[in-house]
Amino acid sequence: MNDYMVRKIKDRIMVSLAYLALIVALIPLVSILTETMLRGAPAINLSFLTERIPPLGQPGGGIGPAIQGTLIVVGIASMIGVPIGLFSGIYLAEFRETKLASAARFLTDVSTNMPSIVIGIFGWALIVTAIGWSVIAGAFALAIMMIPIVTRTTEEAIKLVPVTIREAALALGVPRWKTTITVVLSSAKKGIATGILLSIARIAGETAPLLLTILGSRFWFGGFTEPTAGLPLAIFNFSQSPYSTIDWPRAWGASMVLIFMILGINVVVRYFTREKYG
Amino acid sequence: MRVKFLYFLSNVRPKLQMVFGKRLSGDVYFKTFTALIACNVFAVLGLMLYKIIQESWLSIETYGLGFLWGTTWQPVPPNPSMSPSFGALPLIWGTLVTSAIALLLGVPISLGIGLALSEFAPKRFAYFVSFFVELLAAIPSVIYGLWGIFVLIPFLQHNIYPPLQAMLGFLPLFQGTIRGPSVLTGGIVLAIMILPTVSAIARDVFAAVPRSQREAVVALGATRWETSKVVMSYGRSGVIGAIILGLGRAVGETMAITMVVGNSFNMFDSLFDPGYTLASIVANEFTEASSPAVYISALMEVGLVLIALALVINALARLIIWRTTKMVAGAEAV
Repeated sequence: MNDYMVRKIKDRIMVSLAYLALIVALIPLVSILTETMLRGAPAINLSFLTERIPPLGQPGGGIGPAIQGTLIVVGIASMIGVPIGLFSGIYLAEFRETKLASAARFLTDVSTNMPSIVIGIFGWALIVTAIGWSVIAGAFALAIMMIPIVTRTTEEAIKLVPVTIREAALALGVPRWKTTITVVLSSAKKGIATGILLSIARIAGETAPLLLTILGSRFWFGGFTEPTAGLPLAIFNFSQSPYSTIDWPRAWGASMVLIFMILGINVVVRYFTREKYG
Repeated sequence: MRVKFLYFLSNVRPKLQMVFGKRLSGDVYFKTFTALIACNVFAVLGLMLYKIIQESWLSIETYGLGFLWGTTWQPVPPNPSMSPSFGALPLIWGTLVTSAIALLLGVPISLGIGLALSEFAPKRFAYFVSFFVELLAAIPSVIYGLWGIFVLIPFLQHNIYPPLQAMLGFLPLFQGTIRGPSVLTGGIVLAIMILPTVSAIARDVFAAVPRSQREAVVALGATRWETSKVVMSYGRSGVIGAIILGLGRAVGETMAITMVVGNSFNMFDSLFDPGYTLASIVANEFTEASSPAVYISALMEVGLVLIALALVINALARLIIWRTTKMVAGAEAV
């Protein structure tokens, strides 16, 4: 009986510790979100969102070029990364038994976790050394980050398509490739869109690859082969500034904009895909 | 001209068919086309290794293997007759120590989360909370850094570090002046950042453990905790894979750690000292490193060390996770 009590107490303690771990993990999340809102909100107004970035320590101005730069670089990266990731994912799902598919799947998984700074170095070595700090180099680096994510999520989404749907099309005499790009893809389109949106959310916040490719600037977009500004870079630069009263609130304001963009995508995507699990 | 082109097009297919000796259908084109695109991953990784080795070649030639255990970092030597010298040991040391702290703090919490979500919590609640834990992974690294500088560091410096030093100050690890931006702070931020990765995989691994395993021990009168010990031991290789994957994230994390680790090149021996990691020195010094040429090359070689570490760690983690999920899936089939 005594032994049983000990086991029971131990059970209570360990289960409580597991729940405690859950709470401990949520504290940073809550703290990051509330601090960003509280410290960022006062900085945000229309001119902050639309005006040019001032030099460090100078009052006035905003983060307009940074928002613009992020949208442009992420947009181009998506135009490169989405089609490549999509077709790779189709190959991995449709021809999953081939040796090529297993090898590619393995390396795709490995590159999903490639350190972001390494991607930046690669972008620098391949493109910046040839044409200089530029939008193109940044978009290339972000596309490299994006491709493995889109590939794997597309593959997983296609694998979830019931085999009966595929068989129905094949039984009607539709060739296999046409079945894939019409019937299978349209059944999987929700999952694929989720993957694409989440990968966009992921690259939009990346700083390290941009640091070594688009370099950052205070000015509006000036061409694809010119350096440009980016939101994550602006946050980093403001945070390193010695002018605590002028630049630090800007860093929080810019963070709030970035968090709204990224968490907005995440929340919307997860809301619309919720019944898949719920 | 146009007619000629159309004629040429109409001949391509029969000619290709002659070359391959069989009738080619849309399927063959489709498979070839997607296969070529799927090969991008080989091209990207190959080109990445090639370019980074090429750019770091100058440094590799100049410093040889000694680069890995050199302890000086002098792009501009104190007197002009000396040549610049670079060694990466303090960076490797900083990376290892911060990652070790991250695992020590992060893994038990992640396992707790994994158990709570897969074993203890009601399904609906678990689904709801999983969403928030996954949001942690969506927050950009630079915002972790910002939060680290302005929220976490002041808190740790005033409320946690002094009592910690009072308690554990007899250990060399916790001696010396307390600094906010330090190796310990870096490790704590990394621990938070690996939580979503490790806990999500742990949860999935636990959830994949067959019901029969749990039923067997419950039938013997096991408590929830005793049942979850069986679950953990059944899924242990998956958990190890998750931990190694977390290690990979910690080693490669760049922005947040650059902002909180203190960025000082030294072989620190107290966790309250500022340090440097492989990733953070590249992020911090690269754009300012214009001359000498060997300086950039040395930073490239740091990147090469990082890429090698990341490849080994991630490949290992993936192999382990794959093997486990296969094993578990096999067990379910039986």
